[in-house]
Amino acid sequence: MKLSDRAESTPPSGIRRFFELAEEMDDVISLGVGEPDFTAPWKARASAIHSLERGQTSYTTNRGMYELREAISEHVPRYGLNYDPEEEILVTTGASEAVDLALRALVDPGDAVAIQSPAYISYGPGVRFSGGDPLPVSTRAANDFVLTYDDLERAGAADAEVLMICYPNNPTGATASESELAEIAEFAREHNLTVLSDEIYAGLTYEGEHSSIATQPGMRERTIVFNGFSKAYAMTGLRLGYALGPPEAIDAMNRIHQYTMLSAPTTAQHAALEALRSCDDDVAEMRTQYNRRRQFVISRFRDMGLDCFEATGAFYAFPEAPYDDEQFAEDLLHDQGVAVVPGRVFGEEGHGHLRVSYATGMSDLKEAMTRIEAFLDGR
Amino acid sequence: MADKLELLDILLDDARESSDTIARQLGCSESEVEAMIEDLEDEGAVLGYQAVVDWSHVDRDHVEAEVELNLELDRETKYADVAGRIAKFDEVTALRLVSGDYDFDVTVEGDSMRDVSMFVSEQIAPIPEVTQTVTHFVMNTYKNRGLEFTDRDEDDRLSISP
Repeated sequence: MKLSDRAESTPPSGIRRFFELAEEMDDVISLGVGEPDFTAPWKARASAIHSLERGQTSYTTNRGMYELREAISEHVPRYGLNYDPEEEILVTTGASEAVDLALRALVDPGDAVAIQSPAYISYGPGVRFSGGDPLPVSTRAANDFVLTYDDLERAGAADAEVLMICYPNNPTGATASESELAEIAEFAREHNLTVLSDEIYAGLTYEGEHSSIATQPGMRERTIVFNGFSKAYAMTGLRLGYALGPPEAIDAMNRIHQYTMLSAPTTAQHAALEALRSCDDDVAEMRTQYNRRRQFVISRFRDMGLDCFEATGAFYAFPEAPYDDEQFAEDLLHDQGVAVVPGRVFGEEGHGHLRVSYATGMSDLKEAMTRIEAFLDGR
Repeated sequence: MADKLELLDILLDDARESSDTIARQLGCSESEVEAMIEDLEDEGAVLGYQAVVDWSHVDRDHVEAEVELNLELDRETKYADVAGRIAKFDEVTALRLVSGDYDFDVTVEGDSMRDVSMFVSEQIAPIPEVTQTVTHFVMNTYKNRGLEFTDRDEDDRLSISP
């Protein structure tokens, strides 16, 4: 069978390859997976079950249940965002679909899409699927992995059509302050860039409040914000996300959505509605637990002599590897049965780092840290 | 300075957590954690540390009953007087004054239903202020002290990417 060039040229995920290695071994503690170890709040699950019991198994409207869009519009003001449920919100099958729709709605063949790097591994392939050319923009540990005006300028992002950012960030755990976002916004306005802002980890911000670039002056009309229920609500398998943006952008995304996904899963929408209505306490509890694990992991790495940036969001630590990150991750896996992801998987700029997910229970985290220490001591 | 409530939260989750691990989680020193624990114990906020046991996994008979007690008090006797007397029995593992249809909610534990029945009829029922006892034997425990009594889930999150 002849495969398309796009499919042929897309490599398998680097994370996947690593997991396959890990799956062949016994007694592996995985700090590689970007998925909460918590289960979705019971109230949300009960609501999903209840919706099935009532036979609510039909499609919803393409844009998502109005009640849910309304709940989203009432939820996002906590981040300073205000969106009209009628025209400016689209419910999608995970935030991943929202990202894909936005890229397809905005990018023409040959358009450059600047992507802060290191970055979530789906952005680059997503841009290529849309016909665009990814343009990595390096962020630096010295700037706490937050994009600066200079980074954008140096990378030639002025010629791009779209800029893709993600704060709190996967894989670094970096968050961006108001002033840091102001700098990115300035560049976007000056060079007429549309900004795609992945804020799926907004609910998992540990120091200060999450800030969205869409709240910067003149940015609302040129930004599409993505969020969803996978991370903060531990609802990964329910596949529910949403996009917030100006009516014309949401309309364009919805036109693609209606021919492809049609509508997000109905059962998941009922769970999400309940999550927004009554699960703030569950999210707060998970955030507290993650925060403790974050502080534990970072402090353990530092005591082991590994330079570890102070990640303040998401659930990843991003320490420096003591030698080649890929080799280190493989050696650690074979020697101690601890799976971490080499930073290079997230782009050139991730070289020399490790992504360590602390979405794992404290007992496993403690054991993993003991094993990593033993590995370092034994070298 | 770390917060005592945060520390309590960690101890409630796992009372065996080491001071070092707690200190790292709270971003304070180990000596601060130890001092806070000592304070909490001295203040009587933390009374002890116990395991939550699922007896179905232990090779020993164990019976638990929730016993409702109704009381009739005279002018000189208070609830606390009767409670003090009942609480001293080793078989009584919990004793609470509750609102509603009865006065005391007593948890009684023993090696057999006969042990528990005998204890209630011979030690509790004859107390002069006790006018009625209703014993509910626990048939199965599904959740206790915030912990569900189910088989622990294995971490099966390795199978997805990205």
